[in-house]
Amino acid sequence: MTALTLHTEGDTIVVVTRRFAAPPAEVFRAHTDPALLQQWCLGPDGWSMPVCVCDARPGGSIRYEWVNEDGHGFHLTGEFLEIDPPHRIVHVERMYLPDPTPDNRIETTFTADGDGTLLVMRMQLPDAETRAAMLATGMAGGMEIGYQRLERSWAR
Amino acid sequence: MRALDTKLAAMADPTRRAILARLAKGEATVNELCAPFAISQPAVSRHLRVLEDAGLIVRRVDGARRPCRLAPRGLDDVDAYLALLKQGLTRSYERLDQLLAASTSAGRKDKP
Repeated sequence: MTALTLHTEGDTIVVVTRRFAAPPAEVFRAHTDPALLQQWCLGPDGWSMPVCVCDARPGGSIRYEWVNEDGHGFHLTGEFLEIDPPHRIVHVERMYLPDPTPDNRIETTFTADGDGTLLVMRMQLPDAETRAAMLATGMAGGMEIGYQRLERSWAR
Repeated sequence: MRALDTKLAAMADPTRRAILARLAKGEATVNELCAPFAISQPAVSRHLRVLEDAGLIVRRVDGARRPCRLAPRGLDDVDAYLALLKQGLTRSYERLDQLLAASTSAGRKDKP
């Protein structure tokens, strides 16, 4: 397994790469099968995804709801724009922090690499306001530390 | 690079991240920072010392008060966002590795 790389292109694009020791069809399936997503797409330890809607077809809906051991949680919704199994997924998503963040368009490609798969995910860098909201809650890429309650107390 | 590592290590703690988020809204004293946390003032002071040593916050003397604020350019918020994103994805993909390994070995058993 090669380590995850993460870099920016210009001021607006984030590119993540990661190699997996399984063929593209398997890695693609893990990104579109709700029962599989619920097992790995969890961010830090201590989180689960009790609700996972992933209707992997153009126009299909996405809804991921995460909850931590303290019962705190958050969710995102999205829609699939393009699906080309097992090569490419394009979708938009927005997080609720609790107000919805601007839509982020994310392109994920799965390329055969020897007997494995190279995953490349290109997304938009959230704007400054969204970054601040994510940092305030400690949330990014499926991360949330359960500090929304503190945020609310400060907002009072 | 060592400076960035120190900053990221300081940020790895959720309470310290919450303190930074509070300070992003403006200067605050130790007492003001204690209010939303269910932890003691000495504990908050220890967190503040870690953040100060990492160059993320600065403190000034105002009579008996030592109000804290974010250090100018202490950690670019883009870097901070990317660090959080990387942490979350790294852990998720480790789980996916295990899932794929289990499914691959199960697949091999099915084949003659």
